[in-house]
Amino acid sequence: MTQAANRSVGDRVVHKTFAPITRHRLALYCGASGDHNPIHVDLDFAKKAGFPDVFSHGMLVMAYLGQALTDAVRPKDIRSFSTRFAAITQLGARLTCEGHVTELIEHNGEPCMRIALTAKDEAGEAKLLGEAIVAR
Amino acid sequence: MVDRSAIGRSFTPVTAHVEPGRLRYFCDTIGETNPIYRDAQAARAEGYSAIPVPPTYLFCLEMMDAENPFEFLTALDIDLARVLHGEQGFTYHEPAVVGDTLTFRSRVTDVTEKKGGAMTLIAVVTEVTRQDGVRLADVTRTIVVRNPEAAST
Repeated sequence: MTQAANRSVGDRVVHKTFAPITRHRLALYCGASGDHNPIHVDLDFAKKAGFPDVFSHGMLVMAYLGQALTDAVRPKDIRSFSTRFAAITQLGARLTCEGHVTELIEHNGEPCMRIALTAKDEAGEAKLLGEAIVAR
Repeated sequence: MVDRSAIGRSFTPVTAHVEPGRLRYFCDTIGETNPIYRDAQAARAEGYSAIPVPPTYLFCLEMMDAENPFEFLTALDIDLARVLHGEQGFTYHEPAVVGDTLTFRSRVTDVTEKKGGAMTLIAVVTEVTRQDGVRLADVTRTIVVRNPEAAST
């Protein structure tokens, strides 16, 4: 595992790609997460709600983003992790999660870095725009 | 339609157990292979007392063990089909690990209208405490309610 030390502003510290999101994955995540909102797994329900198809749980994409983050930094060093869900993640999306150091800061008296995080699909559209504060 | 009178509303606390089998299923689902999330020895080598949970798993624990995971929607008379997730945040104080029993206490902290009432944003804050009373995390989420009829008027 990479250590967080010696990282500079501008460094891309997080980078991971994921397999296309399938209906099967959404069904598994429905059970694994406890989020049983039918809009993610039941096509009839999604259509009735005005969507052309089911679509990913935002939290599945955030789980991928978190995984990309904990591949790069020690989980115990993460002080906060947040995201905005900028767009719906469609079936078939092939996500790339990235994070760049934007600032070296003191956070509650502790040296930390601010990492700007994104999850984008294969067309480059941002689905999640997030941030983590990580001890360094 | 939900309005600012909902600010301050709190909901039934949820008690959740961090169970190894369910955590393994979650890791399998998202393709998580980091040994600290799968192997107690690897977790102990990193200084944890047991396998810790991945960064977003607190959100899942609350939903899995809630008697009514959509309580706040029904309490505020919101149709599930009109809900989207706007924002999500976690502030971590201590790690949650397998074997922990956690309590989630949620309350509405803000309600705002956007786009002339076409969307209502509801902010909910959840405090997560462990069985010994230690506060492990603060979780924030913003739920977006689509109000299509308001958009057309």
